[in-house]
Amino acid sequence: MIDHLIVLLVVLPILGAAVPPLASLRYDRVGWAVATATALGHAALAGALAWTVWTDGVVRYAVGGFVAPYGIELVADGLTILLVALISAVSLGVLAYARHAGPHENSFYSQFLLLVAGLSGMTVTGDVFNLYVFLEITGLAAYGLVASGPGARSAVAALKYLIIGTIGASLYLLGVGYALAATGTLNMADLSDKLAAAGYDSTLVLTAFGLIVAGLLVKVALFPIHTWQPDAYADSPDSVSAFISALVSTVSAYALARVLFSVFTVDFLEAVPIARQALVAVACVSIVAGSALAVAQSDVQRMLAYSSVSQFGLVIAGFAIATPLAVVGATVHLVGHAVMKGGLFAATGIIERKTGATTVGGYAGIAGRAPAATGAFTLLALAMVGVPPAVGFMGKWYIVLGAVNAGSWPVVAVLLASTLLTLAYFARLAERLYFAKATIAPEAVAADGGERVSTAMIVTVVVAAVLAVGLAAAVPVIDQLIDMTVFELMLQ
Amino acid sequence: MTLDLLTTHYNYYAVVLLLGIGLYTVIESRNLVKKVIGMNVFQTGIFLFFITLAYRAGGNPPVVTEGAGPYVSPLPHVLILTAIVVGVSLTAVALALVVRVYSEYGTLDEHTLEELYHD
Repeated sequence: MIDHLIVLLVVLPILGAAVPPLASLRYDRVGWAVATATALGHAALAGALAWTVWTDGVVRYAVGGFVAPYGIELVADGLTILLVALISAVSLGVLAYARHAGPHENSFYSQFLLLVAGLSGMTVTGDVFNLYVFLEITGLAAYGLVASGPGARSAVAALKYLIIGTIGASLYLLGVGYALAATGTLNMADLSDKLAAAGYDSTLVLTAFGLIVAGLLVKVALFPIHTWQPDAYADSPDSVSAFISALVSTVSAYALARVLFSVFTVDFLEAVPIARQALVAVACVSIVAGSALAVAQSDVQRMLAYSSVSQFGLVIAGFAIATPLAVVGATVHLVGHAVMKGGLFAATGIIERKTGATTVGGYAGIAGRAPAATGAFTLLALAMVGVPPAVGFMGKWYIVLGAVNAGSWPVVAVLLASTLLTLAYFARLAERLYFAKATIAPEAVAADGGERVSTAMIVTVVVAAVLAVGLAAAVPVIDQLIDMTVFELMLQ
Repeated sequence: MTLDLLTTHYNYYAVVLLLGIGLYTVIESRNLVKKVIGMNVFQTGIFLFFITLAYRAGGNPPVVTEGAGPYVSPLPHVLILTAIVVGVSLTAVALALVVRVYSEYGTLDEHTLEELYHD
């Protein structure tokens, strides 16, 4: 049992996902209970795996007993257990939120569990083709979840997401093909040796790098290939926006880090400086363009979506700089962003239910009508801007320190400018919430009946806000986890 | 040499052509169904790429018998079987979404949809 922990992380949610459709034959609303039981089991497995890795070091598992590099290998190291723990925690949080907020259909929870399975698979796999399969499982479940919204708008958003996401995953697959042609292997550890043997200046290796990175960047949603993301986040149900904004891009960015440091390794980045410069340049453009687009939005959820484009630029810039400090910073920001953005989307859902406000203009003067949600929203927004001591500050601080050490001054300038821009769009909202005159009359919502909000929804958002500050204390742990990861990083 | 490349690598030209046509259709076509078709053509280009990669002149199926080598690596074929399954599921989900969009808006034209949104 203990040997199979790592594969159970994927198997359990897939088995769980099969239960709600079968149960639909007799019972209508058992999806939530099944999903919660499965997510609790997943959390227990994640905890046990984390403990094993923490005490005994890296865990390697050969699926079906076929030894690597011929079979598929699953690998759990420091960064893996961090991401697995994040997936478990966010799923439980979203389930607590969705208990009341819905959707309530059994099929929704089936897709929810498939998404958990896909994300866990992407996190633990040590095989590049297996990563493609889990990327597509994650994608398929995410398209279905986005489409679970009430209107046909969500179907349009899901279709757009599906087409762009599929092109991204296909580019990744094409890159894997080039890597296979160059080396004849798909195992990540084996690839890193054989790619070096094939020569980093080989056309096959360079093309493989370009295609794989481009494909994953589509999934991460950096500018200018982010166009699927604002619609997908804004037009889906609140539980779904909170879930996918917290996890889908996050795990794709993790996969990119895995490809950079475990497959191509830092030797490649040093041998081919243009690859690294290109990645830094794309990340910097994304930081600036994402923030500028966020400032221009009038819909709060779309603003949050564009903010993700900018924040993921930061994370990718940290990974591209590739010094230990910058990678720790990028990882802290990756995890911190997941908690903060998930919490922000969940908070917008509560605010909309209580006050009917969805736009920046509508947020004026409504702080008193939903005090807990708006308070948590403001706290999360400030954490995202990077006000110390929140986790948003710690992540950006380490990335900037890493950039300074590496002498990447343009990155330092862009990072500092982006913080100002982030402040511009979040401070505007905070100011409206507390100091402006209300534009929506209170009775306008009361006439609709005003949807009820459960305590669990508010508790979820408040916990996210507390974590956004509290996680800053976990930075030394994350530092230690990166040390336990199979990464080869730049020397300072 | 150039002629040699032209005559022996025609599979790769087909790959490039399929990828190009697919991507162009996805970007350029205003019709949602045609976008899905373009997506399929793009993926087919990748399938052909992997299968071509696995070709080996004079190779035998990888069933080990005395003196039967050289063998063809079965790995790319297996990968593509998986990728085809993934492609079929994606097409199914895409078409389901197209049906829902059409029943709601009565159009499959991207520009008309945009106009409907702005009203």
